[in-house]
Amino acid sequence: MDKPKLRVATTSLAGCFGCHMSLLDIDEHLFELVGRVAFDRSPLTDIKHCGPCDIGLIEGGVCNSENVHVLREFRRNCKTLVAVGACAITGGLPAQRNHLDLGACLQQVYRFRDDIEDAAVPDDPELPLLLDKVYPVHEVVRIDYFIPGCPPSGEAIWKFLGDLIAGRTPRLGHALLRFD
Amino acid sequence: MPEVDPVVQQVVARHGGDPSHLLQILIEVQEVFGYLPAPSLTAVARELAVPRSRVEGVAGFYSFLYPAPIGRYRILFSDNITDQMLGSRALLEALCRKLWVEPGKPSEDGLVSIDTTSCTGLCDQGPAVLVNGRAITRLDYRRVNEIAELVRKAVPLDRWPAAFFQIEDNVRRRDALLGPTFQPGSALAAALKLGPAGWLEQMRLSGLRGRGGAGFTTHVKWKSCRDAAGPDKVVVCNADEGEPGTFKDRVLLASHAERVFEGMALAAYATGARTGLVYLRGEYRFLLEPLRALLDRMRGDGLLGRSILGEKGFDFDIDIHLGAGAYVCGEETALLESLEGKRGTPRIRPPFPVTRGYLGRPTVVNNVETLAKTTLISLGGGAAFAATGTAQSTGTKLLSISGDCALPGIYEYPFGVTIERVLEDCGAGDAQLVQVGGASGVTIAGYEFQRRIAFEDVPTAGAFMVFDSGRDPFDIARNFVHFFAHESCGFCTPCRVGTALLKGYMDKLALGRGAKVDLADIEWVDRLLRNASHCGLGSSAANPVVDTLIKFRPSYERRLKSLEFEPAFDLDAALADARRITGRDDPAAHLDGGRGR
Repeated sequence: MDKPKLRVATTSLAGCFGCHMSLLDIDEHLFELVGRVAFDRSPLTDIKHCGPCDIGLIEGGVCNSENVHVLREFRRNCKTLVAVGACAITGGLPAQRNHLDLGACLQQVYRFRDDIEDAAVPDDPELPLLLDKVYPVHEVVRIDYFIPGCPPSGEAIWKFLGDLIAGRTPRLGHALLRFD
Repeated sequence: MPEVDPVVQQVVARHGGDPSHLLQILIEVQEVFGYLPAPSLTAVARELAVPRSRVEGVAGFYSFLYPAPIGRYRILFSDNITDQMLGSRALLEALCRKLWVEPGKPSEDGLVSIDTTSCTGLCDQGPAVLVNGRAITRLDYRRVNEIAELVRKAVPLDRWPAAFFQIEDNVRRRDALLGPTFQPGSALAAALKLGPAGWLEQMRLSGLRGRGGAGFTTHVKWKSCRDAAGPDKVVVCNADEGEPGTFKDRVLLASHAERVFEGMALAAYATGARTGLVYLRGEYRFLLEPLRALLDRMRGDGLLGRSILGEKGFDFDIDIHLGAGAYVCGEETALLESLEGKRGTPRIRPPFPVTRGYLGRPTVVNNVETLAKTTLISLGGGAAFAATGTAQSTGTKLLSISGDCALPGIYEYPFGVTIERVLEDCGAGDAQLVQVGGASGVTIAGYEFQRRIAFEDVPTAGAFMVFDSGRDPFDIARNFVHFFAHESCGFCTPCRVGTALLKGYMDKLALGRGAKVDLADIEWVDRLLRNASHCGLGSSAANPVVDTLIKFRPSYERRLKSLEFEPAFDLDAALADARRITGRDDPAAHLDGGRGR
């Protein structure tokens, strides 16, 4: 009853927030969850930087320099880091650009479209630069666990977190393990 | 180029329109066109009345079949570690420079293409290349210059200097098998005197075990096949000697083929088989004509065909099928698939080939050396055979010795010989590591050199590669890992993905970007490969890494960049395109201490 709550941080890198929506999809288990964990940096709390945490959940792949900084901040602070969903694990949909030349991509979007005035690729230092390719998170930092799915079902995320919180090696059975 | 349809029709007719000859048909069609033009695949499918997808599936599976245009001269450098140690990579680059081509890409005029291929079984006289399937040995810069000149002048291969194609047996130590001269027909005559049951009893007494690596007891295999239901049994000789570093079967087939073929007839006599098939690896294409000529002679001498040596009802004949550059076909069920003209994907066992093998018929599959050994048992008796060797490994074993030694070649020893003794005999004074059994075998470190070659201790199909103290064990393991990733047939996920992952880790370490955790991941992939693969290729693919990680760990550790994780690529460089496009160079436009930070 009086066990200290585990601290959990979550973020979406090059993702669509679909995995976060799936997390919210655990419905009434949310009450159980907030009874057992406290959220640190997360879109749910709007905390901007991560402090020391037990569990970090990463949605999305790594497409720009900011993603690298955020991911490294998570790795530095989280004892257990989990890649959640197809984009984090493989690069996913955003990685479709990996087959294209980055220059051609940016030119197409920012210069060669009609109805654009003063067409130029934005160079504001506020904007994070794009990496040449979209990388899966485990190619940039050490990842401890993977939850596949696009998105993984709420049920899968709940089972996984339940195991993790209880100290069991997380194990998704056949029914919960899916790649679409 | 000749018209496609008549050529295909002719080749298909030569094979009686039999779809199980699909691979042989494709090999022969390719010999006419230099590659397999798309219309030829369509024509083959039509003539054999099989789906085009099946034809394309086979054409796409084998390394030596080319569904896309390739150079009129196809030059393939053997890429085994022993060839690399003899300087093959530098020679390849030199030849590419001379002929203005990039490895793996045909020249624009279609004259020549240069690439690497898995071990060609000429490790004792490398570096070796295959030019349009013909082996050239002992490559050096002079020979490379000559080859470049011949290719540039488009001199037909038949008019190249004969010395190029000279292949030596290099037999350095002879024992029971390689010592005595063999009188063709004598082994069969001796067995016929005993009758099939008496002959099989001698095989039992001999304790002969398969020489292909697995070491299954031969007489049990033969007896199971004899007792299996089905009238039309088959004897297959596995001459797909693809294990890197092995070449003893080449020597047996080049100089002792009478024994091998007579061994097949002996197997047929014991099992009641009437059909014999040799699966000859494509790399040994140069042996095909001499072997066919020998088969003709044996037919003439009454050693093959109907009523062999006058024995009524003993009918047996042998045909030779060619492989086309797929290591996995050395696995017996993949070999059977390939013999049936399919992709070389291993089958699920059971049923074992002895009950359901070639075309579903009871089939004995034996290694070349195993079959040759049966002639000794027939001539001298099983008990005499069992008198040499060790309790569980009777008789002698041929070792293919290559690498850092003065006298590479073939050595025949009674089983039980120590590795130390072998090293002494072949002139390897500075050995730090021996890879016994090829890429899938065992890595033996210096402190184990007193171990013995035998199924009880260090089993082997015959490869024995010596590495001296100047060699890096990591490089050796990495070469084998690349080999397995290339040769995985792609059928099962653990092997297809596992070998690719392993290759990725080894390349990362080679770049000096490895981290301690990568070693743990490598060990995890090793376990996965061992436990989850469909066949022996996957389950043994991890062996060289497992062994060297245990016995030569510092060779890995010295390549680690950090104890933390490191990406396999340069993050700041990955921003370079965007910096150029935007013209930015401010601190936020860099990662990891790139300029501006």
